[in-house]
Amino acid sequence: MVSLNSSETSNSHISVRELHKIYKRGSESIDVLRGLNLDIEPGEFLAFMGPSGSGKTTLLNLIGGIDVPNSGTIVIDGQRIDNLSSSQLTHWRSRHVGFVFQMFNLIPVLNAFENVEMPLLLTRLSKAQRRKHVETALELVGLADRMKHYPRQLSGGQEQRVAIARALVNDPSILLCDEPTGDLDRESANEIMGLIQRLSNEQNKTVLMVTHDPVAAKCADSVLHLEKGVLIEAVSPPEA
Amino acid sequence: MKYLRLIYANILRKKMRFFLTIGSFGVALFLFGILVAIHNGFYEGINAVEDNRLIVRNKTSLLVFLPYSYKAKIEAMEGVEYVIPSVWFAGVYKDRKNFFSQFAIETAGWAETYPEYAIDKDQWSTFAMDRQGCMVGKALADKFGWKVGDRIPIEGTIFPGAWEFNISGIFEGNKKNVDLNQMWIRYEYLAESIPFMKGQVGWYAVKANHTDYVNSLISRIDGEFSNSPAETKTEPEKIWMIGFAKQMGNINLILISVGGVVIFTLLLVTGSTMAMSVRERTSEWATLKTLGYGDGLVLGLVLGESFFYAFIGGAVGLGLAWLFVSNGDPTGMMGGLFALSAGNILTGIGLTLITGFFAGVVPAVSAMKLRIVDALRRV
Amino acid sequence: MFASKIPISYNLRSIRARFTSTIVAVLGIAGVVAVFLAMLAMANGFQSVMVSSGSPDNVMIRRAGSGSEMESIFMLDELRIVQDHPDVARNDDGKPIYSGDVVVIVPLIMRSTGTEANVQMRGISGLTLEVRPQVRMIEGRFIEPGKAEVIVGSSAHKLYNGTEVGSELAIGGRVWTVVGVFDAGGSSLDSELWSDAILTNETFNRPPNIFQSVTLKLNPGVDFEAFNAQLRSDPRLTVSAQSEVEYYSQKSELISRLITTLGFLIVFVMGFGAVFASLNTMASLISARNREIGTLRAIGFKRHNLILSFVMESVFISLIGGLLGCLLVLPLNGVQASTMNWDTFSHVGFSLKLNSTMILSALGFAVIMGFIGGLIPASHAANRPIVDSLRRA
Repeated sequence: MVSLNSSETSNSHISVRELHKIYKRGSESIDVLRGLNLDIEPGEFLAFMGPSGSGKTTLLNLIGGIDVPNSGTIVIDGQRIDNLSSSQLTHWRSRHVGFVFQMFNLIPVLNAFENVEMPLLLTRLSKAQRRKHVETALELVGLADRMKHYPRQLSGGQEQRVAIARALVNDPSILLCDEPTGDLDRESANEIMGLIQRLSNEQNKTVLMVTHDPVAAKCADSVLHLEKGVLIEAVSPPEA
Repeated sequence: MKYLRLIYANILRKKMRFFLTIGSFGVALFLFGILVAIHNGFYEGINAVEDNRLIVRNKTSLLVFLPYSYKAKIEAMEGVEYVIPSVWFAGVYKDRKNFFSQFAIETAGWAETYPEYAIDKDQWSTFAMDRQGCMVGKALADKFGWKVGDRIPIEGTIFPGAWEFNISGIFEGNKKNVDLNQMWIRYEYLAESIPFMKGQVGWYAVKANHTDYVNSLISRIDGEFSNSPAETKTEPEKIWMIGFAKQMGNINLILISVGGVVIFTLLLVTGSTMAMSVRERTSEWATLKTLGYGDGLVLGLVLGESFFYAFIGGAVGLGLAWLFVSNGDPTGMMGGLFALSAGNILTGIGLTLITGFFAGVVPAVSAMKLRIVDALRRV
Repeated sequence: MFASKIPISYNLRSIRARFTSTIVAVLGIAGVVAVFLAMLAMANGFQSVMVSSGSPDNVMIRRAGSGSEMESIFMLDELRIVQDHPDVARNDDGKPIYSGDVVVIVPLIMRSTGTEANVQMRGISGLTLEVRPQVRMIEGRFIEPGKAEVIVGSSAHKLYNGTEVGSELAIGGRVWTVVGVFDAGGSSLDSELWSDAILTNETFNRPPNIFQSVTLKLNPGVDFEAFNAQLRSDPRLTVSAQSEVEYYSQKSELISRLITTLGFLIVFVMGFGAVFASLNTMASLISARNREIGTLRAIGFKRHNLILSFVMESVFISLIGGLLGCLLVLPLNGVQASTMNWDTFSHVGFSLKLNSTMILSALGFAVIMGFIGGLIPASHAANRPIVDSLRRA
């Protein structure tokens, strides 16, 4: 269960307290997040919705450790990550977080197999061991037969599946998805959401998803709304 | 290394850019090889000269002779091992274009004074006994297809006439930087054929017992013959050769300036295109960073691309330079010294590394410093 | 037809937006053009010295069969026979215009290195200045016959120590006073010292009445070959004649070949480098604008409009680079250089020489590079399906 504005320490997976983030644009300063609080339990599938500029992606970035808050704390699996150095964050990220982006962000000169392998190169696994993990990940997303294909040879939906496989290959506990269906047609979008949902349930991964798409949001356990830098309410999606 | 695949794939991203960048590095290193070979052609011979050798010539002019009688006087001096009378002959073999050094020498003590030449003892004996004999360097023999025993015609210039010499032997070098584009003839033959040359010498090559004697010999020899009709100028042979090189002029300076400008220019251009190529992939670098690729690793990946280009281009450039130089001296004037040594190649490889670094360092640092959130937002 | 219809402001703004890369492209071309011109200036400078050393009306008489003055020798009585030949031009006083010369090599110290150089000293006699009309005194006075005086050429004056008017040089055991400086129109004579022939012979222990060459001015329209044939068939003479211009061009063959071969080798290699650099730069600049290309085409601009626009931009950049390269090399014009002439065994000064043909060729080269550098990548980019251009960055 997710809870907001909680002051008790819980055995949550992700715990955010008084999170502030300010962006500077030229001479202007914008308060994107204003003292946000959040607790997320392991295995939750959360969707964040809200108008543009509300800070959804920022929140995701902060939890994922690719950005640093101005103040506040983020505790994940009992470890504070808001005060880690850049290289420590990088290292932490590679083991705990998988990202899925709207634009897929696959490396065009590498094939599906090699793209999924990228995070594993950072580990000490041998070539054979890496191969096993990659194949497993690709099977999980149903693309085992397209391992040697290059991104330009895949459809949008297939590219996103490769991206998901890449995000999972290191077996992170958290999956962060930023508009994963934004660049897809309805059919592919449904496919992807089904996949993410299945992964969330079967693999017990904590999934945080930012989306504009209400249909995609319905696949989540709960939907949170962000407005002007704070979370409004926890709303369970209507029964499907 | 496991990241090689990524580096390799990135480099081959655009075929044209790949070939052009390789081409740029290749041209830079090729030019380096050529310029070094030219430099060697002019200056390497100097390094072959032993430090215990002196040249005694007429102080007035290079073209004025010294009396033969000086030989005994110099030989009598302490510290002198050998004194060898020599005369510049400067004949023409078939065509004025076939320029090579020719001089007349006395054979006694020559081989000991000039140990850098690998001379066959039997051939040398033949030469010492045949007044019309000559010794030729291997480079000349190869170039004109001469063999021991051939009789070759030389048209005299300083000493006019149609001369003929028997090839008594072909000499090689004991070191790499020995000039094998030379011909030696017998002083005795010159003196008896040209009456005016009897009792006259172009210069004396003097071998000192030990380098310690060199400086004192210079003052003693010049002192002995000062205030005489033929005053001498004595100097170490190395200095004399350096003097010639200096007259060749700013050629060395020109070579270095040209080389410098070219390499700088190509580096500038290559660095710029690499920077553009890196900038095009901003989102990819950002993605790698989200995956956990650290700043240092990203720096290394970009530098890796640069080094890859440099190595391939460098190998091509140096390889082609090597081939070109092996074909011999295109000007015909530098002889066997127009060559690249193993040391030169190593320097070339070092230069490859340096150019690879400098071409890639700026884009590498900018990729390293990339902030993920800014980069992702840019897309 | 020539207008690309795409406004020039687009090109100019693009240049400004990618200023650093554009500057680099300009510098790259400038570097190549500069090296190209410098090499040509060096080769040309040396050639000019040799070419201007001879007058078209003159012949040089030497002993038959000798390849150079250095190798030649003949007697005074032969000189008298030759100078009296009817084909020899005479001055207003009716005297034959000739110069009987001897040449020796003397060691002088180079200003630049402090080491010795072998300098040609020419002992002259007769009407030297009239035979060599390109020579004029620019400082001091001409030598007086029979005196231990020398005059130095303008290059020699710059190159060697102790050549100021009034200073003394020790040559061959005699002290010679420098009494003047002459300018020989940028020829090899500018690197010489001139002295009295008879005194020079004496100093170098030669018989006084020998000569190594006689340079004669012939009457206009005299056929050199016929003149030469007459001399050779004369039983009293051992000499032959050669056009002075031909002599000097031959007399520099070795070193000319060296400089030209090396120069062109470098230029040839640079040419490749230039093409690579130009293509690479333009290709990258253009590919960075792929989306813009797609957009412009989507708006309705035709392929050839785009290609033309890019080619114009590329040529413009290359032209600026070319001009910059020329500017960088201009200060080198007239810069003193020197080298060893292996044919005469003497040190010769020359100046780097640029001329308008060279500069125009260099600029033309830059324009061609810009054209090719722009055309190939631009056509490539403009011919891609619009969708691709818009999609990929």
